[in-house]
Formats: sequence, C-alpha cells, structure tokens
Amino acid sequence: MPLHFELVTPEKLYRSDDVYMVVVPGMDGDFGVLEGHSPMMSTLRNDAALEIYKTQGATPERLMIAGGFAEVNAGGLTVLAERVEA
Amino acid sequence: MASLKALKMRINSVKSTQKITKAMKMVAAAKLRRATEAAEASRPYAERLEAVVSSIASKVSVGPQSPKLLAGSGKNDVHLFVVATSDKGLAGAFNTNIVRLARRQAEALKAEGKTVKFYTIGKKGRDQLSRTFRSDIIHSIEPGDLGKLSFADVQNWGEDLTARFEAGEFDVAHLFFSKFENVLTQTPTQIQLMPVAVAADAGDMVGLSASVEYEPDEEEILAELLPRNVTIQLLRANRENAASEQGSKMTAMDNATRNAGDMINKLTIQYNRTRQAAITTELIEIIAGAEAL
Repeated sequence: MPLHFELVTPEKLYRSDDVYMVVVPGMDGDFGVLEGHSPMMSTLRNDAALEIYKTQGATPERLMIAGGFAEVNAGGLTVLAERVEA
Repeated sequence: MASLKALKMRINSVKSTQKITKAMKMVAAAKLRRATEAAEASRPYAERLEAVVSSIASKVSVGPQSPKLLAGSGKNDVHLFVVATSDKGLAGAFNTNIVRLARRQAEALKAEGKTVKFYTIGKKGRDQLSRTFRSDIIHSIEPGDLGKLSFADVQNWGEDLTARFEAGEFDVAHLFFSKFENVLTQTPTQIQLMPVAVAADAGDMVGLSASVEYEPDEEEILAELLPRNVTIQLLRANRENAASEQGSKMTAMDNATRNAGDMINKLTIQYNRTRQAAITTELIEIIAGAEAL
C-alpha cells in the first residue's frame, strides 16, 4: 500500500505523490513514515533532508527543507515547508 | 466654435489616449490571470496551516505561559492597522476602498478612546492615510510590483510585526486588504492578525482525533507555527491584493477605453458639423456674389 505524500510550500503545492516511505527530519529525531502510521504532528529541523523512497529499497530522493512542519493523519503525510531545495 | 484644426487635434489626442488605455487593459488582463493563479497556488499551504493552528490552539489552555501571539497582551488599548495597498494607481477605486474601510474603523476605535497606529504596505495607502493620520503611521513599506512578491519578502514584514507585537507596541493588530471575488467585485476586508483568532469548533472541523502525537509538544509547535501563520496571512492578503488590483485596473481601463470611444464619436460629429457649416457659408458667399452681378 502506498503512502500519500504531499509537500506544500507557501508558493505552491510542491509535490503530491503516492510513495513507499518518507523519512522526515523531526525536531526530536528522524522518523520514517509508512502507510498506516499513527497520527502525529511534528516540527522539523531547519536545513535538513527529507528522504523520499519511491518504492521499497529504492535510492531515496533527497530534498532540503527549511521552516518545516509535518502532519500525519489517515489521509497520509503532509509536510509544510517554507523553503524547498532539490 | 472651435476651429477645424483644433478639433482634429483633439480627436487625435483622444485616439492616442484610447490606444494607451486599451493596451493597459490587456496588460492587466494578462497579469490578472497570473495573479489569480498565484493566489490559488498559495491557498493549500494557508488552509493546512490554519487548520493545524486552530486545532492545536483549541486544545491548549490559555495561561500566562502560553505564547503571546495566542493569548494576547491582556489589554485592548492600542490597535495596529496593517493596511495593505499597492504602489501604483490607475486601478479605479482599489486603493481608496481599502483606505476608506481602514479609516472608518480607525475613527470608530478612536471614538471609543483607543489608540490606533498604522503600518502601511504600499505607497498609495500611505499617501492617502497620511492626510489625516500622518503622526500615527509607525512604519511604511513599498512592496513594488505585488505580482512579483515572494514569500521571503513577506517573511521579513511578518517577523518585524511579530517583534513589535512581542515588544508590546500594540495589543491587537488588524489586517486590511481587498478580497478578490471576481473581476468585477473586490471587497475590502478586515481580519484580525494578532493575537490569533481561534475558531471554537476548529478541532472537530479538521477531524483530528485526540490520539495525535505531538513532537516536541503542543506548546512548542504552537510557538513555532504562530509567527508563521502571521506571515502566511500577510502573504495571502498581498496575493489577494495583487489579483484585486489587476481586476480593478482592468475594469477601470475598460471604462476609460469606452469613454474615449464616446468622446471620439462626439468630437467627430462636432467636426463634421463644423466642416459642413464652413462649406455652407462658402456656398452662400459664392451665390450671394453671383446674384450681385
């Protein structure tokens, strides 16, 4: 089952995708989000990498984000970020 | 009666004015499309952030330790009006409508004995407000082209405002801008910027259950998100303004083009009449001369 992942910046909806897993740089440490993760909210570290695993075992895509906030709910993972750099 | 030559010159000058207003209308139409796209693109972020902030805020009990942006300063004496307008005119009543709303609210608050300060964004707003409230304007910003405004620009203003709020320069901040409904309708709007207004039923609205985990915890997340919410509100207001400005400009220029057209018709009729009168006079002269022989 894929995880629905959205990355939103103030300028636009940066990414809306179904992926396998996303590793999120939380304020209290990194955490991986897979499909069916329990609901949570966390602020994110500045200038840390968000790792997106398209499929299981794939090479992760890394996006540097700043001013971020992550929300996991039944609908998937939403990351709000002020800045995103590929 | 004006001479034929003077009339011809008038017609030509009105014609070139019409060309300019027509071009401006088309430019505004193109910019309007881009501005509405930008306004729509920034909507998902603003909506999510607002939902999250309200849902957390409704769970946290307001106490002396809670962030000032949520709890407020406990007073209601000094109001700050953040009036967002544009730098350029020629957009109908766009700027005037925003300023008029702000002025009316300011006068109502002053009548209650409160202090009102102004923080203006846009040259036009500053110029119009300084006629009556010159000494109350504490800061003004010239944003340049509203359509090209980036998040980083607005972020600085947001941080400045938050710092002023923390320093106790004012108790309540209101934001004035023009909401873009459609090309014909733009409504001047007032929202409360600081402290954050929390909708009472926000928690149920987003459907967040009580089992949500918070990292680090609610308070800290809130402290982080509230200043960001201020910035986002500012950005949204300016995006709405950008679209409203272009919409208003388009309507104004369309009217101007039509007026110029009417004017050209009127002048052309006058020109033709004058020309005919001149010919008639000449004919009468010739006939009178022939009869006299």
